[in-house]
Amino acid sequence: MLLAKIEMTPALGMFLAFVALTLVITWLSARKATGSANYFAAGRSIKGWQNGLAVAGDYMSAASFLGISGMIAFKGFDGFMYSVGFLVAYLTVLLLVAEPLRNAGKYTMADLLAYRMSPRPVRAMASLSTLMVSSIYMIAQMVGAGGIIKELIHVEFAPAVIGVGVLMLVYVVFGGMLATTWVQIIKAVLLMGGAFALSWMVLGKHDYSLTKFFEAVSHADYAGTTEPKNLLEPGMKYGAAVNIWGPLDFISLALGLVLGTAGLPHILVRFYTVPDAKTARVSVAWAIGVIGVFYILTTFFGFGAATILQKSAILTESGAENTNMVAPILAHALGGEMFFAFISAVAFATILAVVAGLTMSASTSFAHDFYTNVIKRGAESAADQEVKVARITAFFVGAISIGIAIKMGPTANAAFLVGLAFAVAASANLPVILFSIFWKRFNTTGAVAGLATGLASAVILILLSPNGIFGKKGAIFPLENPGILSIPLGFLGAWLGTIFSKRDPEAEAKFAELNFRAQTGLGSEKASSGH
Amino acid sequence: MANPSKPDWEALAARPAFAELLAAKRRFIVPATIFFLIYYMALPILVGYFPELMKRPVYGKINVAYAFAFSQFIMTFVVAWLYMRTARKWDAMEHALLSSIETPKS
Repeated sequence: MLLAKIEMTPALGMFLAFVALTLVITWLSARKATGSANYFAAGRSIKGWQNGLAVAGDYMSAASFLGISGMIAFKGFDGFMYSVGFLVAYLTVLLLVAEPLRNAGKYTMADLLAYRMSPRPVRAMASLSTLMVSSIYMIAQMVGAGGIIKELIHVEFAPAVIGVGVLMLVYVVFGGMLATTWVQIIKAVLLMGGAFALSWMVLGKHDYSLTKFFEAVSHADYAGTTEPKNLLEPGMKYGAAVNIWGPLDFISLALGLVLGTAGLPHILVRFYTVPDAKTARVSVAWAIGVIGVFYILTTFFGFGAATILQKSAILTESGAENTNMVAPILAHALGGEMFFAFISAVAFATILAVVAGLTMSASTSFAHDFYTNVIKRGAESAADQEVKVARITAFFVGAISIGIAIKMGPTANAAFLVGLAFAVAASANLPVILFSIFWKRFNTTGAVAGLATGLASAVILILLSPNGIFGKKGAIFPLENPGILSIPLGFLGAWLGTIFSKRDPEAEAKFAELNFRAQTGLGSEKASSGH
Repeated sequence: MANPSKPDWEALAARPAFAELLAAKRRFIVPATIFFLIYYMALPILVGYFPELMKRPVYGKINVAYAFAFSQFIMTFVVAWLYMRTARKWDAMEHALLSSIETPKS
């Protein structure tokens, strides 16, 4: 019934080619996906440049590629702030988090947090926070995916979401981290190729002259269909003239972006796939290079769209801004049917790679933190059991996300969900990660309090925000981005929890051990031999 | 498994070479972090509260806002490059420290 309506378009052809390629990779990886270190951390054998590309592939989501280009095309400079924040955030990862995390951990960020604390409560909270961030992020991607696939190859929303979910489960359940890594690497290469080609064509429309390009952007009139406006000027979304809380909201957004990335579990787990902290460092450097160039290119396919496309072309039938479709429509206008097909396939690859990474981090955390260390109290006897639990968890996480995404439907606000994920990551995860590494006095109560305060304040503030349950008019909290309040609350919760609870001599005694290991890598988890 | 038999962590952490390593890291990481956070947060603060300044042209049609935003990319590349370069010195210190304590293992 459903299949009968699908036409064989070039876009569908390229989708299928990508799917076929990734399934071959999964099949090849499946043989190696035995044992925890292989399944969860790809045997810690990924090379620095490969992991750098995989981090980039894991990170540049559909929200980045499609969402940002659309946001810049409509809101100009204010949309470009996302590009800046998403990149600068990697300095937080590089300078403060990546190496200690790799040195002191095994599979999840909770390994670091629980190192000198009472493991059960800390792991349980950290696992809850990881599952929250990953599933919120995943639902955002699924909702976006369903909508995009519907427009690109005319499959209905629900079957499109189910299709994405099933594919992602195949990668994760059978191929584990190794297959997920390669899907992300291929996607990163495809995405960079698409971004370069699209940017070059946009520049071609302006005689390959940067002067002419910026001239056009400063009088962007959507191919003569609107009054010209200067998209390089800030304030179209967050200006004080648009909304009195705008400037503060903009600052809050910027803060959430720069601190959120270093608390995103699906990014952090990537550093366990490399042999040592030095390679983790090299992979962040690669990621910074790739991600930086990509977000600079958003200048061209974001601002450029407003100089080339007619306004009516990028509005939905009901006249709303169709932000997610700007890049594919631009590709169609510039490169015709085949290029549209290529960019569509890139968008599809992007979604699959990111949801696979998210499922991987959620199921790893549940199996390793919750099952092995909370329920089984760290009994190491059941090594293969851990992988089995992770595969079952992946199945449930996938099924639940598919269900929620379908229930929320294509009109759900994906940007709101991504913002929530970053806010929770920055408010709950980052404070306890930093305190664990750098603060000797930090203890179990502080860690649990920090995670709980950060998680609760981010979620509650978003629910009370203009995007939340009371809508724009009834909003109790005036900002769309809670970071400016919830991040300090997360730090405060962790600090107060620590100083108002009894000193924990054991945690403080173990600080020397953690500090020495985190800073030197002595006794860190080694790469497994065999490949 | 490559689990070293329980070392005396307190004694290890008390070694002067370790203190030197930590101090060397701190000398770079603390100022670099403060710098990049201030440089980065200056962008949304200036954009929000000094919009007229940010709209001024600096080169052709490019205004202060875009130029400053673009400079954030360059800043990130430069800080990352400096970190990578400095970290090589830490690796040497770390290597010396670890080889001085490594007990012969099978």
